[in-house]
Amino acid sequence: MSDENGFSQTFEITGRDFGKAGTVSTKIKEILQEIGIDQGIIRRAAIAIYEAEMNVVMYANRGTLTLRITPDEVNFTVQDEGQGITDIEMAMQEGYSTATDEMREMGFGAGMGLPNIKKNVDKLGIASIPGKGTILELTFYLNEAK
Amino acid sequence: MKQDHYYHSIRIDKDKCDGRMKCMRICPTQAIRIRDGKAHIIEEKCIDCGECITVCPNQAIVPLTDPFGELTKFKHTVALPSPALYAQFGREILPRKILSGLKMLGFDDAFDLAQTCGEVSFAIQEYLREYSGPKPLISNACPVVVRLIQVKYPSLIDLVIPIDPPRELAGRELKKKKSKHLGLKEKEIGAFYLTPCPVKMISIRQPAEKGRSSLDGAISISDIYGPLLSAMEGVEKGSYREALESICILGIGWAMVGGICRTLRLRNSLAVSGLNEIIKVFDDIERGKLRNIDFIEAYSCHQGCVGGSLTVENLYISYNKILKLIETLEFEQIKACPDIREVRRLYKQDHFFIKGKLEPRPLKPLSEDLGEAIKKRKQKEDIYNSLPKIDCGACGSPTCLTFAEDVVMGDADITDCIFNLPRRFKKISQEFAKLIEKSSYLNPSQPPGKKTTQKKEGPK
Repeated sequence: MSDENGFSQTFEITGRDFGKAGTVSTKIKEILQEIGIDQGIIRRAAIAIYEAEMNVVMYANRGTLTLRITPDEVNFTVQDEGQGITDIEMAMQEGYSTATDEMREMGFGAGMGLPNIKKNVDKLGIASIPGKGTILELTFYLNEAK
Repeated sequence: MKQDHYYHSIRIDKDKCDGRMKCMRICPTQAIRIRDGKAHIIEEKCIDCGECITVCPNQAIVPLTDPFGELTKFKHTVALPSPALYAQFGREILPRKILSGLKMLGFDDAFDLAQTCGEVSFAIQEYLREYSGPKPLISNACPVVVRLIQVKYPSLIDLVIPIDPPRELAGRELKKKKSKHLGLKEKEIGAFYLTPCPVKMISIRQPAEKGRSSLDGAISISDIYGPLLSAMEGVEKGSYREALESICILGIGWAMVGGICRTLRLRNSLAVSGLNEIIKVFDDIERGKLRNIDFIEAYSCHQGCVGGSLTVENLYISYNKILKLIETLEFEQIKACPDIREVRRLYKQDHFFIKGKLEPRPLKPLSEDLGEAIKKRKQKEDIYNSLPKIDCGACGSPTCLTFAEDVVMGDADITDCIFNLPRRFKKISQEFAKLIEKSSYLNPSQPPGKKTTQKKEGPK
């Protein structure tokens, strides 16, 4: 589970479990603080991974979030088994959402998820197969100020 | 910052402590360890919330407040009671009588802090109106909340409202006025806050913003309660109506959670009490939720200051007293509040703003060197995975995860875990078993004398 000169850990995310939603983000924030990652990066990462976690909770059956930290970067891979994204370009636009009424009722689904992630990370990679699932890769660089 | 020594309002009486771990388990920042059967506080992690004081079965954790005797050091003394004091007595005893009682106790004057609270409420209203940055803003009325943000939520530090808490503001202004009036130097005037909780003591000795406090000490409400009750018997019974009319509705709201929001009629605000509840709300703020909320009033004690560990009355009863008083004042349309135009004028002159800047006080990382910290975090995870994860606390650390960290940092040994102790025994006993196999007991062909020497060599 661990890289050569880095720290890595994988967390399970359960789809549709709104009660536990957010716990992974909280654990990760604590790890970043213990390691002494810059506060500004922690702030951005906290928002981005929470959005990513919520995407899994809302749209997938299950998923994993893998955190990797090396002296150069903090990297998250969020992989889920879910409905996937049909049109990534559309999904990146603010306000575009496929959320159900129930999700909106809970204050989610404003169509800000992916745009918000993009805004907060240094590098974002997305791959998705409709009907199968989505992989997001969020990267934060530690040695250059954004 | 690094070599800073943090004062704390809490002291552990080593003679009374018998290491029963209740404090260690309840501590919200995992700042307590049991070492050699006694509780120890890790200074940099402690936020002075006082949870441990309440839970200790031996009263071994004592709050450090000032004894009454301190008064004699000053030529003129003023008591500034937290509005929570007003909630400690029956419904017919109103602030006016309580303030008179304080003067009979030996204070030269007793100042109605609720008036200043009212001014600060208006100042907060002004601040909220002008503010256009990220939201929600967070009240700094509770010093534990401020410390929690410094230590665990440094990214929220800019959301803390930079307005002086009423007690500081009142102390400062009183001294200015009184020194002029009485022809005394400011340092000859002693301003004593009557406190519902130990943390205010610390915020006086070491303000979070690093400035100097305008107050000279804090006396616990529970210490003054008895004498004050007797002193009030000698207070003349005045008109109830008049006494009611002298109450600042905005100010007494400061004694309970939600009081500021309610009396200011803030529509988009939240009132939270209890540290664990606050932590949930702060987590939400960090995740970028709650951006549509303007203001959060948060108190570490349940129900607000009336729930402080140095109060006497049951917190639900005292909460109710304040609530009913607010309702009565609303119903009677009594508005003994500071003049809002005057507050606005002072606000423009920066009268209300804190002089020092609130800086974060994040916990030290596992190492200052990033590569080293990553390595240590990995070790911590490996150790944690070898532990039973039942958080029994027998090792003296509150959870298996904190124990793993203590081991990595050299503050604990892996065999302090009782589950690892048998493992060590097992290894030793296996070695013994091997030795016995080889020994003369089962192998009579060898000469008997060799047994003991072999045994000695064995374990290591």
